[in-house]
Amino acid sequence: MTAAIVATDVSRTYDLDGVSVSALRGVSLTIEPTDYVAIVGTSGSGKSTLMHLLGGLDRPTGGTLLIGGRDVSGLDPGEMAKLRNETIGFVFQSFHLLARTTARDNVALPLVYRGLGRRERRRRATEMLERVGLAHRVDHRPNQMSGGEQQRVAIARALVTGPSVLLADEPTGNLDSATGQSVLALLESLNSEGVAVVLVTHDREVAARAHRQIVMRDGLIVSEAAV
Amino acid sequence: MRLAEAWRVALDALRANRLRSVLTMLGVVIGVAAVVALVGIGTGTKGQIEQQVEGLGSNLLLVVPGRLEAGSAPAASTMTLDDVEAVARVVGDRDRVAATIASGETVRAGSRSAFGSMQGVLENTPSVFVRRLDRGSYLTRTDVTTGRRVAVLGAGTATTLFGDRDPIGRQITIGGVRFRVIGTFERLGQSLGVDRDSEVHVPVTAAQRLLGTDRIDGLAIRAPDRERIDQLSTSVVDTLTERHPDSDFSAVTQEQILGVLGDILGVLTGVLAAIAGISLLVGGVGVSNIMLVSVRERTKEIGLRKAVGARPRDIGVQFLLEAVLLTTIGGILGMALGVTSAILVDAFSPVPAAITWWSLALAFGVSAVVGIVFGVVPAQRAGRLDPVVALRTE
Repeated sequence: MTAAIVATDVSRTYDLDGVSVSALRGVSLTIEPTDYVAIVGTSGSGKSTLMHLLGGLDRPTGGTLLIGGRDVSGLDPGEMAKLRNETIGFVFQSFHLLARTTARDNVALPLVYRGLGRRERRRRATEMLERVGLAHRVDHRPNQMSGGEQQRVAIARALVTGPSVLLADEPTGNLDSATGQSVLALLESLNSEGVAVVLVTHDREVAARAHRQIVMRDGLIVSEAAV
Repeated sequence: MRLAEAWRVALDALRANRLRSVLTMLGVVIGVAAVVALVGIGTGTKGQIEQQVEGLGSNLLLVVPGRLEAGSAPAASTMTLDDVEAVARVVGDRDRVAATIASGETVRAGSRSAFGSMQGVLENTPSVFVRRLDRGSYLTRTDVTTGRRVAVLGAGTATTLFGDRDPIGRQITIGGVRFRVIGTFERLGQSLGVDRDSEVHVPVTAAQRLLGTDRIDGLAIRAPDRERIDQLSTSVVDTLTERHPDSDFSAVTQEQILGVLGDILGVLTGVLAAIAGISLLVGGVGVSNIMLVSVRERTKEIGLRKAVGARPRDIGVQFLLEAVLLTTIGGILGMALGVTSAILVDAFSPVPAAITWWSLALAFGVSAVVGIVFGVVPAQRAGRLDPVVALRTE
């Protein structure tokens, strides 16, 4: 089985007003298609930078990074966008839903950039909302839904393109603990159906539920353990 | 992303900020309306003047003393009725050569008075210029040869002096001298800024006696056909120069007058359109400004769209369409406003206005181009946003 993401000695250096700052200083990591990984670390440890790289939102300044078997170093921003659309699903702490748009059209958004017709987009989006338990919220707007429901819409949006990896950045950070638990349970059931899940969190309890824990500090992986 | 979807997103974004969209459009609306209305007024005025010059009669050649050149002083006339005879011999038809001596005079009838343009003319004037009588008859050959004091009144003068009464046969005085009214003209209105309804035609001989001179101010010749105008022009000027070696004479055709007027009005219309164009430009700058604000406000949305697979091009097209939509909707509203203003000006003011299809097409095209030109920078900026930075923006 080919790995979903392979990072080899990946580094990322930022140029801030002429001062170069290393956010990642040589990280190697492989995400398998069945993985359930938690990346933990304090703020400034480089975990967000790593997540951006794994999700194809950013490119490394050193080392090699393969997403879905493709080396991202040779890709232009347009090709990176296509790669994200096809292989990655993002879930954010603050949901990032379009405010004036219904749940269904929010979920359908990634399919717009795949060039699918409106009818097909809506069909798939409705199906995905049913799968995350929101069949009754199809025509609701984000401000008509609870936080947990909004995060489920975001998860449906991440899944609608059939990605191989789901990247979740503090997915429970804005939710109360009971709602957070149910969102995690949803992610876990998706993982059991064959989607790799990568969680970025500083919540030890959340991290403890993953099958693999990667601890980061000062731009390096300091420990990696299967739970 | 499909184009249909991009239109939908753009329209949605404009609707979300309705007041702002309308205000931004307003700049384009005013610019386009100004272009359409001002070009309409320019075109209408040009058409009206052309009509008036042509309405004088066809194939006209006007002969005046002096040189018709910029900067040359108007010359005193040395022409007399003998010259008219000489020119008539060159033309070969006495009825085609009209002569005029003009003077502004106070015309009185009883207690009423009017300021009239006294025109001392030959009896053939109505066959050279287009003048139609309303009542009575025109001057006769005998009136001219005997210097009889009879007058034909313009419609305006007749109304001022006599109101609704029939002026035919009544006495008037011109410059203190008694004349008898024998006819009135049909109403003509203004022509080239001159009120032609205040003309008072009298025999040229009577006018000369009144003014104490034997000069005439100018000649008008109606050529038998268009082809002979240039040749006639040369031979008439040659004849006059031969008789008066110390004087200059100039001949102008209607076409030359039209050409000069057309050039002046063309430049005027161009200047008006350019001024209106500047306001359209300012409207475009407003669009650019608002689009930059919009990109900044929606940075997070742009970041999200990029994260789920929007290419820089998709984002760029979305914002460009938004700008084009703003300016084309503004353009259509502007055209409607411009056409309405032109129609109102035409109906309720003495200024004529004519809407031409090319000016509408141009205004619409320009407004779309303004959208593209002023939308490109904000669109590129949106397209190039780094998704990581954009997502992090609050």
